[in-house]
Amino acid sequence: MSTTIAPPAARHGIPPGLRAARRTATAATGESAIARWILIGIALAYLFLFLGLPLFVVFEEALKKGVGAYFTALRDAELLHALRLTLLVAGIAVPLNVVFGISAAWAITKGKVRGHALLVALADLPLAVSPVIAGLTFMLLFGMQGWFGPWLRAHDIQIAFTVTAVVLATIFVTLPFVARELIPLMEEQGVTEEEAAVTLGASGWQMFRRVTLPNIRWGLLYGVVLCNARAMGEFGAVSVVSGRIRGQTTTLPLHIEILYNEYDFTAAFAASSLLAMLAVVTLAAKHLLERSHHAARARLIQEQQEKQP
Amino acid sequence: MTPALPRRSATSARTTPRVRSVLPGVRLTLGFTLAYLLFLVIIPLSTLFVRTARLGWSGFLEAATSPRAIAAYKLSVGTSVTAAVVNGVFGLLVAWVLTRYRFTGKSIADALVDLPFALPTAVAGVALTTLYAQNGLIGALFAPHGIKIAFTPLGITVALTFIGLPFVVRSVQPVLETLPKEIEEVAATLGADRWQTFRRVILPALTPALVAGVSLSFARAIGEYGSVVFISGNMPGRTEIAPLLIMSKLEQYDYSGATAIAVVMLLLSAVILISAGLVQRRAARRAA
Repeated sequence: MSTTIAPPAARHGIPPGLRAARRTATAATGESAIARWILIGIALAYLFLFLGLPLFVVFEEALKKGVGAYFTALRDAELLHALRLTLLVAGIAVPLNVVFGISAAWAITKGKVRGHALLVALADLPLAVSPVIAGLTFMLLFGMQGWFGPWLRAHDIQIAFTVTAVVLATIFVTLPFVARELIPLMEEQGVTEEEAAVTLGASGWQMFRRVTLPNIRWGLLYGVVLCNARAMGEFGAVSVVSGRIRGQTTTLPLHIEILYNEYDFTAAFAASSLLAMLAVVTLAAKHLLERSHHAARARLIQEQQEKQP
Repeated sequence: MTPALPRRSATSARTTPRVRSVLPGVRLTLGFTLAYLLFLVIIPLSTLFVRTARLGWSGFLEAATSPRAIAAYKLSVGTSVTAAVVNGVFGLLVAWVLTRYRFTGKSIADALVDLPFALPTAVAGVALTTLYAQNGLIGALFAPHGIKIAFTPLGITVALTFIGLPFVVRSVQPVLETLPKEIEEVAATLGADRWQTFRRVILPALTPALVAGVSLSFARAIGEYGSVVFISGNMPGRTEIAPLLIMSKLEQYDYSGATAIAVVMLLLSAVILISAGLVQRRAARRAA
């Protein structure tokens, strides 16, 4: 084909005949305009129906009785307590899972420990377990009939139906998010840069802060965003272990359930709107980070290919 | 060990210690990782199996195969399969449109696909229930025809379709993006029309990713609780899915009953994920 023979410099001035040939070439591997618009129409209708409308209805229901009623509902003391608890739980669970994610990724990818496939599978396991079952396992540990139940009662320690249990259940369900972003990323990056830093006399902490962290920052942030969204929104697991004690162990999602079951729809959707806004911010952050994260990875892969003879 | 020896040679693997790296902190991070996984994943999950063992075989069977439990499994599997198949078809279409065509609002549509990951399930649950109730925006369209959606298995399927959508799109999309254009050009030059090219050339290449997406969507659906609890109505034997039954056993402090059903559900999703892995591998081999 003559297009492949043409040098790159000639590309800007493609002869008209060639341009036409190229257009027919793409037409053979594309769909007709009508088919294209029908497919786009169906896909967008599906996304609008299943994703757009539910998001819209949250705000519509929250503002149904006016802006005044919306803000009154948001100032409710129990709702504010639930919001604070949600922030607290995420504030504990997310940093711990960040430390775990970095630590697991370091040991697995830089230490080349044996049996790392098993570690990766274990770190992913919480994603495959129903949240209700996750909650159940903590009740089997700390509940009255649980393993530690009698011991805890003898020492007058309560874990089931407390904030501690809510935090533990949240850590469990959000455990994989940071690790599963960092493990493939750090695997691709290899060990050469860190080895060079150590050889040049950097301490472990210096090496981590100056070499590793800048390399993984986008992937790390990406994992944190996803981890946080799940931590603040977790419902099933938290519902089991919290005992749903109103005003004490109810996080925002649990408070929404209480309000909804009391037919206080304005308040339920006002509370929902806060979490929906979090979801929108999460999506925007995810979308932006994906660009940096993927660009960084693409650059890395390209560099590696260039290095290979 | 000479430096010329490859790292993973049989001799070096046998003679070197567990940790093979000059980098600092490997022992520390490995220890922390193992302890974290032990206390937060392994010990909690092992309670399920210990509890089941204590129940004994007959006790387990009795709790796991009560008529109410059987009805819940059937409903869970039926609605999850339907939702996963719907997502397989429409997820493939959405992935196709997002990778192949240009249109206004494309990047918003692309970002919106992840909404079910980002929107808390309780919020999704109340929103879907409001939409699909008989006086809701969508429910009102169907109510005059005698079709109830909320508080029926159909409503459960709608919720499970919502939460499973991103899995299919996000599995298929990267494969579709990297599919070499040349094979389609070859098919076209050999006289295949677009539909033939899609069915005979593109679809086989996408099958492993599609199977992965559909099975992940199913695995997520089978354990889902938050988005279903509101829309299902929770009528035992009729609209009570398995996670809801576990919840109601827990509320009655019947931990053994809850555990028996949980173990059945875990085994079920393990079987699905493993067989999906096998199908995927076979499809990948055939495509290669």
